Amino acid sequence: MRDDPLLGLIVVLAPLSIASIGGASAIYAPLQYEAVEVRHWVTGAQFLDLFAISRFIPGPSSILGALIGFNIAGLLGALVAMVALYLPSSALCYAVGAVWDRHRGKPWHTALEQGLAPIAAGLIMAGVLSLYRISGGDVLTGTVILGSAGALAWKRKLHPFILLAGGAIAFELAWLVR
Amino acid sequence: MSGEQPRVGFGALYRVFFWIGLFSFGGGLLPWIQREIVTLRGWMKDEEFLPGVALAQILPGVNSTNLAVFVGQRLRGAPGSVVAVIGMLTGPFLVMLVAAVTYQYVLGAPAIQAAMAGAAAGAIGMMLNMGVAAVRSASRGVAAILVMIAVFVAVGVMRWSLIPVVLVAIPVSVALAWPRGARDAG
Repeated sequence: MRDDPLLGLIVVLAPLSIASIGGASAIYAPLQYEAVEVRHWVTGAQFLDLFAISRFIPGPSSILGALIGFNIAGLLGALVAMVALYLPSSALCYAVGAVWDRHRGKPWHTALEQGLAPIAAGLIMAGVLSLYRISGGDVLTGTVILGSAGALAWKRKLHPFILLAGGAIAFELAWLVR
Repeated sequence: MSGEQPRVGFGALYRVFFWIGLFSFGGGLLPWIQREIVTLRGWMKDEEFLPGVALAQILPGVNSTNLAVFVGQRLRGAPGSVVAVIGMLTGPFLVMLVAAVTYQYVLGAPAIQAAMAGAAAGAIGMMLNMGVAAVRSASRGVAAILVMIAVFVAVGVMRWSLIPVVLVAIPVSVALAWPRGARDAG
């Protein structure tokens, strides 16, 4: 049983789906341990390669798990990995959201809603800070972040493509003159 | 579903999340979802949406897919959640397949890397913009502002782990909001 790659993917990735609290970075260490050292799906060097690739793929960085799935079992492996990665956490979120929805309008619900709002705000700002740190924390990055936020404050319906493209062009120019 | 608004179609729901998912670099997705769902389409109000932002971040899993679950559930129930999450993950999945086959030829190029880093910075800017708006709307009195600052400092500056911080912050914040919440709902 232990040799079946699809079953192995589910056994490894489904718990990580629930364990990935506060972002995908929480799953890198256990995923590397399981994929490289325990199950020998990929070598350490391959894992690092796949990690680098995963950073260039849109969407959640935990899609690294699907890249590993593709590597060991092709398209089916990638699909099974996707389900194992995102179904458990989505199901939990759905259950909480359904309870949330059912009690709409009750006093405790409104209190919870208002109590969660400052926490959400604090977490968003903390997220900005940690993303800034991860992205290098240099002046260029900071300038693009502020420029993008400012542009959006100025025109609320500005299309995100414009902000992403603006950032890409700024970095491209900086890379050229460097 | 109270029916005060026309139902959102599954196709429309899928398309919105497909495009968001396909162009999601660097993690600034929550504001993009807010823009499409609240600002542009008016499918939800900010007061309904922001608790989803909090839940999406607090619960395990990826913030953006969690928020897709929350939005889909609110708009069309369980099938809505499924459609929104699959929409969100279709683009990344397809790009992942292409990347797995072609990466050694394309993605290593420094010019590509610079462009990706720049796009990510642009996305963080969207996140900052959303944060400022969330701070504004959540600033209902001194208590809420103190909670907000405490959460930011603990998680962002001190880098304490999210779960214990949130486990302390939620009861405190809800207790502080209780009198007003009860009155507003009453």
